[in-house]
Amino acid sequence: MTPASSVGLTDAESSVADRRRVESDEALLQIEDLRVSFEGRDETVHAVNGVSLAVKRGEVFAVVGESGSGKSVSMLSVMGLLESPPARISGSIVFNGIELTTLSRRQMKSIRGSEIGMVFQDPMSSLNPVHPVGKQIAESVLLHRDVSRKAAKARALDLLDRVGIPDAGKRADDFPHEFSGGMRQRAMVAMALACDPKLLIADEPTTALDVTVQRQIVTLVNELQAESNMAVIWITHDLGVVAEIADRVAVMYAGRLMETGTADSIYSSTRHPYTSGLLRSIPRLDTPLVERLPEIPGSPPHVTTLLASCPFHQRCPLGESGCTDSLPELEDTGKGTMTACIHHRAMDAPGSIWPIEELSRSDDKSSELRHLVAIEGLKVHFPISRGGFRRKRLAVRAVDGIDLDIHSGKTVGIVGESGSGKSTLGRTLVGLETPTEGSILIDGKPLDTSSGAHRRRVQMVFQDPYSSMNPGQKVFEIVSEPMRIHKIGTPDQHHQRVAELLQMVGLRPDVIDRYPHEFSGGQRQRIAIARALAADPEVVVCDEPVSALDVSVQAQIINLLRDIQKRTDLALVFIAHDLSVVRQISDEMNVMYLGQVVERASRDDIFDNPLHPYTRALLAAVPVPDPHGKEARLSPPLEGDLPNPADPPTGCRFHTRCPVAVPGLCSEKVPEFREVAPGRWASCHLIEEGDKPILKIQKRETEEENNEPTQDEETNQ
Amino acid sequence: MSDSLVAPPDRSKRRRFRGIADKLGILGIFIVSAMILMAVFAPWIAPYDPTERVGRPFQTPSAEHLLGTNDVGQDLLSELIFGARVSLTVGLVAALVAFIIGTTVGVLAGYYPKRIGTVLMRTVDVVLILPFLPLLIVLAAYLGRSLINTILVIGILIWAAPARVIRSQVLSLRSREYVLAAQTMGAPDRWAIWRHVLPRTALLATSTFVRAVSTAILLEAALSFLGLGDPIQKSWGSMLFWAQTRGAFLTPAWKWWVLPPGIMIMLASLGFAFIAFAVEERINPRL
Repeated sequence: MTPASSVGLTDAESSVADRRRVESDEALLQIEDLRVSFEGRDETVHAVNGVSLAVKRGEVFAVVGESGSGKSVSMLSVMGLLESPPARISGSIVFNGIELTTLSRRQMKSIRGSEIGMVFQDPMSSLNPVHPVGKQIAESVLLHRDVSRKAAKARALDLLDRVGIPDAGKRADDFPHEFSGGMRQRAMVAMALACDPKLLIADEPTTALDVTVQRQIVTLVNELQAESNMAVIWITHDLGVVAEIADRVAVMYAGRLMETGTADSIYSSTRHPYTSGLLRSIPRLDTPLVERLPEIPGSPPHVTTLLASCPFHQRCPLGESGCTDSLPELEDTGKGTMTACIHHRAMDAPGSIWPIEELSRSDDKSSELRHLVAIEGLKVHFPISRGGFRRKRLAVRAVDGIDLDIHSGKTVGIVGESGSGKSTLGRTLVGLETPTEGSILIDGKPLDTSSGAHRRRVQMVFQDPYSSMNPGQKVFEIVSEPMRIHKIGTPDQHHQRVAELLQMVGLRPDVIDRYPHEFSGGQRQRIAIARALAADPEVVVCDEPVSALDVSVQAQIINLLRDIQKRTDLALVFIAHDLSVVRQISDEMNVMYLGQVVERASRDDIFDNPLHPYTRALLAAVPVPDPHGKEARLSPPLEGDLPNPADPPTGCRFHTRCPVAVPGLCSEKVPEFREVAPGRWASCHLIEEGDKPILKIQKRETEEENNEPTQDEETNQ
Repeated sequence: MSDSLVAPPDRSKRRRFRGIADKLGILGIFIVSAMILMAVFAPWIAPYDPTERVGRPFQTPSAEHLLGTNDVGQDLLSELIFGARVSLTVGLVAALVAFIIGTTVGVLAGYYPKRIGTVLMRTVDVVLILPFLPLLIVLAAYLGRSLINTILVIGILIWAAPARVIRSQVLSLRSREYVLAAQTMGAPDRWAIWRHVLPRTALLATSTFVRAVSTAILLEAALSFLGLGDPIQKSWGSMLFWAQTRGAFLTPAWKWWVLPPGIMIMLASLGFAFIAFAVEERINPRL
């Protein structure tokens, strides 16, 4: 029943076991040799393969892993939320001295919610849409505590107030759809805290949220945790967030713990090739740009047989025959981490196994720059009708007056929160939406929504490689579709071209007879890129092309896009919410807010010297994957949510959330989108023009009183 | 220590249900293929020509005439066997008519939900609320008694339900990203419809077709029983009509004159319905 009973105990392992026994006095949650497998019709998937860990009282414990690493499954089994069958669970889970695996359903229910609170990824699907939020929180109090309805209601209000919902008394009677995404997640946190749990399990709680809102939730959980001294298990794939919040970190891969340790030691002195690869392959804002992101080749495995060797060895640069001999167990490295790798002693400078190419931008193509697409005064409005009899003519102003130029061989990056209109801009460019006003010209010819030959020149790569391909078509049909639509070439030429394209995106040409479901997410995105390139387009619009992919695969796709651009002189429009990804690939950056571009500059300018307060806030909200980086922040996190795009604020649209807004000026006068320095554009009253433009930062106190009422306004959508 | 954490919820229920559906489907295929074989090889199976007078009228079953003879001395068993031709033809062809109209309307209404879709779906609503049998009778009486008219009348009346089902499927398909992707590549609508929408609707359309066959067979029987079928080619429905007019319902003759065609009608309709049920269960196991 000991974790290592199947393998002979080495000295290091038994010392691990000793240490754990000492710790267990203070451990709130102790998991021993947890194994979870799912029996399917054709195969058994081993999701968790012998995980042992301990979470102490009052600590924030992060479980990091990619999709399929078993991080969610292991925590779901802690909460007793796995259906069995098909799940088969073995091992021991001791929470606060109680063995959870032997509890009945009813006993488990009484622990869940009162002793262990939970927050899930998607707050909309976790809240019941037909009950007011306050009532739902009160319900969960009533369920576990013997109190009156009135007391429960008061407790709910108290909780909503505590998680920072403005004007909680009023908002408690609102329904979930009247809350913004961030507020819903706050409400979920309130519900999880309803009975003062000893342990809060948060499963990717910020993944569906914008960076600015993510920052708010992270801060909130940090504060609450410090106040109540509860333990938090934070499950995520985002190493940046982990660095912000965690005391200790466990890295999971293929259902195994690869490495555990304090956040500091994991980030500064990891001894595992996988952890160091992950840390290296994510683009970061706080390090110099690199020519190519170091990639972890391949994709995470799908474990269908019991593991007998290191599951990472095929993707590992240190992988050799020794790695396949046995399954490595966690060993103390003496550097503050416990690492499951037979090479951990040899890894003195763990980063060096993932080489970085320095940035060499000698191949400047500015000489042959060709102006391809001109967008002028583009507006895309979606009419909405509300109310029965007195219908108001309202429109969501998704894109509200944008000028943009696209040049060949260059990448235009577009960033902004969700709701900023960046995706609508991309969709309009590829002809999925009709402009309400303004024009899009390619080489002087209009690019409208009608089908036909002119559409060949602009193609698109979608966010989700799973849904953007017809599941009933083979790779050949998928990739050759643009050629067949535009009747370019003969079937023989199609085959040849598809083979070329597949090679170009790093796939073997013999996959043309396979169906999309046979590929991993990263491979599918490669197929999607091949398809976008098939008809020789001049512009490719990429709408969040890597945000649905695993962290270790993102770098592969970004590098691929850059390589293709270098070879083909392709213009890219890269839309993303992740600033660090956009920085890696873009030449020019556009920051969008409520349908308008608020700042435009070259990549280096915007990251070295962001001018617009919104750009600064976005940059400040990006989590830095370094536990020491927390302190060095540009400005405080952005408060509140995006205002209603159907009814944007007067004056400067950002003034309701702007930390430096000047009352009377910013709330009244619409700032002009002007060139504040050669090649730099911004719309803000407070930017001083000149060769080195700066933002005149005002005292914050002056607008403190002005800030309160506007918060109400923006949330009352 | 391999206790499961949660008591096992019953997941096998659905699987068992699906097993039943598959079995019924096989049974349905068996019935239907037997009927079709009987219709195709009717001249070889039937002991007599059903239009010839081969014996005395109103004979009871005997070795020569297993189901006896009718009022003019035609062999009832042969009539029954040849009747399969008419019943099945009308069922299949009328369902085909409904299938073509229904799929076209459904796809157009689903792919263009705004103007065209609204108009088409209002038409569907009108067809759906029409009082079925009276209209059928009026139409059949007005158009005259012939096989083609029977087929058309039934086809025109039963396309609305398939159209609705198909529209809802197309409505969801048209916003799938691969359809959008085709649009961004510059594909015309007909490309998206032919390459992406129709192939993914085909299975559903098939099941609505099979279900329509089952309905059409019943409707044909009803029409013929009311004497509105083709007077020249006797179907099972018209056998019942003649049995009724000659008073077979009130005499012991019902056992060999009324029961056999009734059972055939039921079996044919049920066979197709079973197949449709099994196909639907495959497309949407949570039905």
